[in-house]
Amino acid sequence: MRRSGTGAKLISVPYVVWAALFIIAPLFFVVYYSFTNAAGQFTLDNIHLLTKYIPTFLRSIWFGIVATLICLLIAFPTAYIISQKSDKIQRTMILLVMLPMWMSFLIRTYSWMAILQDTGLINSFLVKIGIDPVHMINTGGAVILGMVYNFLPYMIMPIYSVMAKLDFSMVEAAQDLGSNRINVIRRCIIPMSIPGVISGITMVFVPSVSTFYISQKLGGGSFDLIGDVIERQFQQSYNYNLGASLSLVLMILILLSMAVMNHFSDEGEMVI
Amino acid sequence: MKTLSKIYVALVFIFLYAPIAVLIVFSFNDSTSTVVMSGFSLRWYKILLADGTTLKAVYNTLILAVCSSVISTVLGTAASIGIEKYKKSIFRSSVMAATNVPMMNPEIVTGVSMMLLFVFIGRALRIESVLGFATILIAHITFSLPYVILTVLPKLRQTDKNLAEAAQDLGCKPVSAFFKVVLPAIMPGIVTGMIMAFTLSLDDFIITYFTSGPGFQTLPIVIFSMTKKRVKPDMYALSALIFLSILILLILYNIAQVKSEEKIKKKRG
Amino acid sequence: MKKITAVILSALIIVLFPFNFAFAAGDAEIEALRGTKLYVYNWGEYISDGEDGTPDVNALFEEKYGIKVVYDTFDNNESMYSKLKSGGVSYDIVIPSDYMIARMIKEGMLEKINFDNIPNYKYIPEKYRNLDYDPTGEYSVPYTVSYVGLIYNTKMVEEAPDSWAALWDERYTNNILMFNNQRDAFAIAQSLLGMDYNMESEYAWRTAAALLKEQKTVNPVYVNDEVFLKMESGEAALAPYYVGDFLTMYENNNDLAFVYPKEGVNYFVDAVCILKGAKHKRAAELYIDFLSDPEIALANAEYICYGSPNSAVYENPDYEYYQDELLYPEEGAFKTQLFRNLSPETLALMSTLWDDVKNYTPSGFSNRSLFFGDETASSGSAEGEAMTKQTVKYAIYIGIFLLLCLAYIIFRYARKKYRERV
Repeated sequence: MRRSGTGAKLISVPYVVWAALFIIAPLFFVVYYSFTNAAGQFTLDNIHLLTKYIPTFLRSIWFGIVATLICLLIAFPTAYIISQKSDKIQRTMILLVMLPMWMSFLIRTYSWMAILQDTGLINSFLVKIGIDPVHMINTGGAVILGMVYNFLPYMIMPIYSVMAKLDFSMVEAAQDLGSNRINVIRRCIIPMSIPGVISGITMVFVPSVSTFYISQKLGGGSFDLIGDVIERQFQQSYNYNLGASLSLVLMILILLSMAVMNHFSDEGEMVI
Repeated sequence: MKTLSKIYVALVFIFLYAPIAVLIVFSFNDSTSTVVMSGFSLRWYKILLADGTTLKAVYNTLILAVCSSVISTVLGTAASIGIEKYKKSIFRSSVMAATNVPMMNPEIVTGVSMMLLFVFIGRALRIESVLGFATILIAHITFSLPYVILTVLPKLRQTDKNLAEAAQDLGCKPVSAFFKVVLPAIMPGIVTGMIMAFTLSLDDFIITYFTSGPGFQTLPIVIFSMTKKRVKPDMYALSALIFLSILILLILYNIAQVKSEEKIKKKRG
Repeated sequence: MKKITAVILSALIIVLFPFNFAFAAGDAEIEALRGTKLYVYNWGEYISDGEDGTPDVNALFEEKYGIKVVYDTFDNNESMYSKLKSGGVSYDIVIPSDYMIARMIKEGMLEKINFDNIPNYKYIPEKYRNLDYDPTGEYSVPYTVSYVGLIYNTKMVEEAPDSWAALWDERYTNNILMFNNQRDAFAIAQSLLGMDYNMESEYAWRTAAALLKEQKTVNPVYVNDEVFLKMESGEAALAPYYVGDFLTMYENNNDLAFVYPKEGVNYFVDAVCILKGAKHKRAAELYIDFLSDPEIALANAEYICYGSPNSAVYENPDYEYYQDELLYPEEGAFKTQLFRNLSPETLALMSTLWDDVKNYTPSGFSNRSLFFGDETASSGSAEGEAMTKQTVKYAIYIGIFLLLCLAYIIFRYARKKYRERV
């Protein structure tokens, strides 16, 4: 038995090598570029420049928090309702949740523009039924909507997969013992689905904070998110060093907040 | 309560599918506009089917998604089995921490850092044009791996350890015990992980943007490069076709499922 | 019209090609290139690709010479430059804009073209040769020439604008679009200020940036390709964009009109260049010559809708935009300026200033927003103050959120302790 154990241990070696090469090594490049200038000499200039971007960082984090909370509010009941259906319906519904992700998110975001515009679908409908049009596109709200739309499946999936595995005999027992439905949800289902919620929060918060396409298309480009600034440094200004130091700070911020989050999950490992 | 929950789910699905409905409608537009409907026509579908560049990009995207999901599933499943053997140890926790990095790292940082690494390797090995299919593939495998591992690992934990041992006691070799007993048990996790990896690879734009090279552009890159010119309804037509084909697959899958369930019932009956 | 020309053309090409082919086959050097690959890097949607019966230029080239064209697209000059400069990719042919060509020449990224191999260069008239960006004319062959101008919706403006100042007009607040591209955006401010686009003085750039910040009071939307969508649907009243693209927009919305503002506009040339280290320079030259071929150039000009520097195209009466007033305006009818390469310091300054412009919030200005998170600074006068206000606002939001989280954790902990005691 012991031998099969070491054999099994060995088959994780390719992955460990892979992770060291392609996950850990690239991070050193980010650090290296953050502390050098274009000529490759050590400098702290990039770090000094960062103070200018504090408002952008704060805005991105705030937008990320709001989008994540909205996703959570929408996804939790959805995942719960789906997990209550029969196996066959569950499968279909989960595939339906994932299906939009198979179409390029660039195109889907584009399509939102046509819906949200002043002359878009919603507003022409409002005008038709005699209500004043509402200005929606090019606001912070539109950007958050874009984030919620694009990342909602990432919240539904992990919460659902935890709920689907829940032992409902416990729930039934609680109900037998006279707990009402709300109490069952509060006392049993919410605590038990925490690992899924935490994975979901990670998978929504991280891309929301760092997105750049959504803010350009739906936000009208009149305010930056940190992803926009980083993208511009690499793609337009050819300033890898500033871009890398912005990335480094963003990475540290996110890893820190996620480390705190993960503290609440007993397993310490994420669930999908 | 029942109706309320039905309405709620319906609303969520309307939200998820509203832009898709819009793009399907505009894919039948007669003019080049993606907002002003001027008449029904199949023009964009014809254009799409004649457009070699776009079809090549679709082909690239699919090949990439298939390769990266298969490789990351194999690599990730193997890794999970190995990791699972190390109960609580520093090795295990550090490997898991590394695994979480691509998930927690902003995509843009992952993309940029991988590009910097590839360029460095390219310079060291004197490869002239290092970015290309291989680098995108490596990048896609890297960001899909955590998803595979994190879906397979819980399944492994759920399977009964004694099962494999019992099979070995009954004369199975460790390897065949694995394939006959453990693998079927964790199959659902593997399939979910693979679908996840496939989906992520299909939809990824940011990481591909930084790691792509000559001769291998995926669909999102082609769409993004229309920054100076317009996005035309042929892209909508393409999305509509993708949507339709997946929907058909889904329906067929469901029908097959129902039939096989009926068969099982009959057998039992 | 466009369709008919295209059909006739492609028929013509098919008929003519066997001859060309027989002719080309005689050349042993060209014959040796058969089966090689040519890597081309061009703007998105910037070549006739066989859509709607138009000729597929790359396919025709492959057919004629047996050289495989590997064709990739980029979204702007800077990202193309970054990609090439990163050292991870190598192409043979690239089609940058004027100022980028100058920069690439200066940095030794381009290869000199052997014009003996480009007989079709004869169609490029003197006025498009040896321009500022390539004074000796050794590195590039012009592909498109065009102008930036002001597009407006006649139903939405009170009077037809004739000045860039319309983009600062408060009557059109929320209905103004602006370039989401540093160089083009700055050029508009510089035109208004009567400045040269290529000044190296820091003061001049700061003044232009200040003007761009001032524009924020009309809440402009910064766009690239979305300009099509927004102008065609009547979402916006005014937008600066390329004249060729106005022509496509006009097809979808006849309320649109175009004007060359009196302060002057940017005149740009996108030209074909060979990159240093191109593996098959001869093949690249064949490709460049092919692009300048009258029929191919005509197909491209009609597909892209930008002006063509090819005399065989713009003097061809069958050309869809033959003597088009907008695409080929009279020389000297308005002031034009080319972009030139700027020094690295000025480029760095421009990009920092652009970051500032994008994140600037004018004081006392409110965005009529439906949701929270609108970019509003309620009062205050100094520029810095608005910036700090923003920071404080988000800091407070995030702070409150963190406090709530903390309070909840403490509450849980206390409750747990309490229960344990009971």
